[in-house]
Amino acid sequence: MTYFPEEVVEHIFDFLGSHRDRNAVSTVCKAWYHVERFSRRNVFVGNCYAIRPERVMARFPGMKSLSVKGKPHFADYNLVPYDWGGFALPWINAAVRRCPGLEDLRLKRMVVTDDDLDLLARSFPNFRSLVLVSCEGFSTDGLAAIATYCRGLRELDLQENEVEDHGRQWLSCFHESCTSLVSLNFACLKGEVNAGVLERLVARCPNLRSLKLNRAVSVESLNEIVARAPYLVDLGTGSFAVDHHTDAYQRLMNSFSKCKSLSSLSGFWEASPHCLDAVYPVCINLTVLNMSYAPAIQADDLIKLISLCFKLQKLWVLDCIGDKGLAVVASTCKELQELRVFPSDIYGAGATSVTEEGLVAISSGCPKLNSLLYFCYQMTNAALITVAKNCPHFTRFRLCILDPWKPDPVTNQPLDEGFGAIVRSCKNLRRLSLSGLLTDQVFLYIGLYAKCLEMLSIAFAGDSDKGMVYILKGCKNLRKLEIRDCPFGDFALLNDVAKYETMRSLWMSSCDVTLGGCKALAAKMPRLNVEIINESEGSDKLEENISDLHKAEKMYVYRTVAGPRNDAPDFVWTL
Amino acid sequence: MSTTESAVSGLDYEETQLTLAPPGASRSELERKRGFSEGVDLSLETKDFLSGSSDEAPISGAGEPSAAKAQVVGWPPVRSFRRNVLKSCTYVKVAVDGTPYLRKVDLEAHAGYQQLLTALEEMFSCFTARNYPNETLVDPVNGTEYVPTYEDKDGDWMLIGDVPWKMFVASCKRLRLMKSSEAVDLAPRTPTGCITAR
Repeated sequence: MTYFPEEVVEHIFDFLGSHRDRNAVSTVCKAWYHVERFSRRNVFVGNCYAIRPERVMARFPGMKSLSVKGKPHFADYNLVPYDWGGFALPWINAAVRRCPGLEDLRLKRMVVTDDDLDLLARSFPNFRSLVLVSCEGFSTDGLAAIATYCRGLRELDLQENEVEDHGRQWLSCFHESCTSLVSLNFACLKGEVNAGVLERLVARCPNLRSLKLNRAVSVESLNEIVARAPYLVDLGTGSFAVDHHTDAYQRLMNSFSKCKSLSSLSGFWEASPHCLDAVYPVCINLTVLNMSYAPAIQADDLIKLISLCFKLQKLWVLDCIGDKGLAVVASTCKELQELRVFPSDIYGAGATSVTEEGLVAISSGCPKLNSLLYFCYQMTNAALITVAKNCPHFTRFRLCILDPWKPDPVTNQPLDEGFGAIVRSCKNLRRLSLSGLLTDQVFLYIGLYAKCLEMLSIAFAGDSDKGMVYILKGCKNLRKLEIRDCPFGDFALLNDVAKYETMRSLWMSSCDVTLGGCKALAAKMPRLNVEIINESEGSDKLEENISDLHKAEKMYVYRTVAGPRNDAPDFVWTL
Repeated sequence: MSTTESAVSGLDYEETQLTLAPPGASRSELERKRGFSEGVDLSLETKDFLSGSSDEAPISGAGEPSAAKAQVVGWPPVRSFRRNVLKSCTYVKVAVDGTPYLRKVDLEAHAGYQQLLTALEEMFSCFTARNYPNETLVDPVNGTEYVPTYEDKDGDWMLIGDVPWKMFVASCKRLRLMKSSEAVDLAPRTPTGCITAR
């Protein structure tokens, strides 16, 4: 292929969709590296501290679309202190200087300020799409800037961000001439938006296909919107509390019946049971349904709804659906690929919930199932073995038994055999989360069989260092390993230090690794950043009388070519 | 470096560890208990640091196992956004004596006791509400009278209507329509009931 002119090579590379493939071809020879770097349009950075932004922009001057991830995954569960880092500004600054043609930006778990958004909005004339997932640090003022200056904006997608409501009418900042919106998601905002402004915006954007409203949007407003946007494919309702005796409700039902293209529904904030009748006309076409923010909907009403959804591929629900409801899903939704069952009662004793029976029913009824997130109070080995047999196609399997260390309630045994069956059967498993009572044996199985595994989350599991060693030795494709509250210590940590350069990151909290062990790792591997998060009072300096035998409460290790980061707060020590 | 490794991985270290369990307990059990209590300690230390953790379920003296669980930071692994949505949910379960099913009602969606009773009436559409002399609900089929009661934060079962509405919303954990015949030993109603005005 080196005899082909560059344009031909570039054309061939166009067929390579994934950044991993492109990364691979760029290492073949200098010529390919050269062609690939000038033709790469989509750049993905899995860890914002693995490389300096300037270096990324210098390598890919033709970059149009950038995706960056910041904080470690366990930040989602409050394990990473506020102010840890993950700032968007350096990336935006670098793009302003080097890639003014930037069109799309996606940030996940990063700190984004209003000033950052303002800079972004003013600096990229071709900007089309902004996606922020689990970010924080900005307010509706920043959104106002985006709306004001990004003429030609096609997508504004805000997923589960912490956004301060400054009450500014940010939605009104979309110019009258803005007609380009294809996707707008502000479901995570707490504040109100002007109903009239919203309705007019929707009416003048003929290409709008995805719209997700927040809780503050009333049913009356929803009705107006749905009536003006019958071509919507993806809708997140606002508040869905409406008295089903009223005309408003009747109109809503009529509007929904006109939405022939609607295939994805979510929202249902404050939905009360009878309101769901309005949605029945669209059920037959639904491929995606997210009812996981509607705690008032009980199993019977969910069942009535779901029993119409023959084409459903992705379902997110709360555990009040119960095993009975899952049985209905199993018999109705033969196309189901992804199921997530969230806990509805985190703070209480959890009366209504799902058990292993529901999961077994799903596994036998839904042969295409490949992605699972399941919160429950109990699980048995027998059930997991059955699930493994029924569903060998899992790529993501995340099981969360809500009581740590809970054994199989029937046999009182650990769940090693159950999870072992899963990894043995599901040869394409890429992501796995474990829970319940687990010994080192389960890690032996994972190391032996989970050859495609890329991400593993472990909590309250294992007996000894051997467990972690099995994982590091056996899982050749492991990229992210996150561990909390497990008896893994320095021996396991230091057993194969070179392994960590083949991975994106390692997180260990409340384990047995010591400061000395972490220092040893840092000394042996200069291209890893070994960071300790220390949260005890008044310990800003590493030197102050802290013995090497002291446990490292939270350790985050990641490979990097950027060296130690210069924005680490006082409580983060880079060894 | 080697001294560090041998010091922490050698048998000596394990034997000298302080544990919660008696000497005869298996090692894996020991580790688990220590890990769990460390999890609890961590939450107490870092309560101020981490948003959300200080709002977790209060430590109830009633010996509910879930109270201890709630102290473990970051467990269950549910995103803050979702936690907050569920936390702000003021839905309470409604049980009716003699029927197996439960419903849920959003207390904050109603302005007062009158509206709540109307909602209950609608929910259990077999009942008709009778407002005088007492706030009761009647099953027209067999004439059984039901009295709406609620369990408050202290775990006591109270008659609805005694305290101001807002106080009720803040303290009500769940509702139960109790058969009048069984409601005899609940706290007697104050003569000036608060129901009508709100």
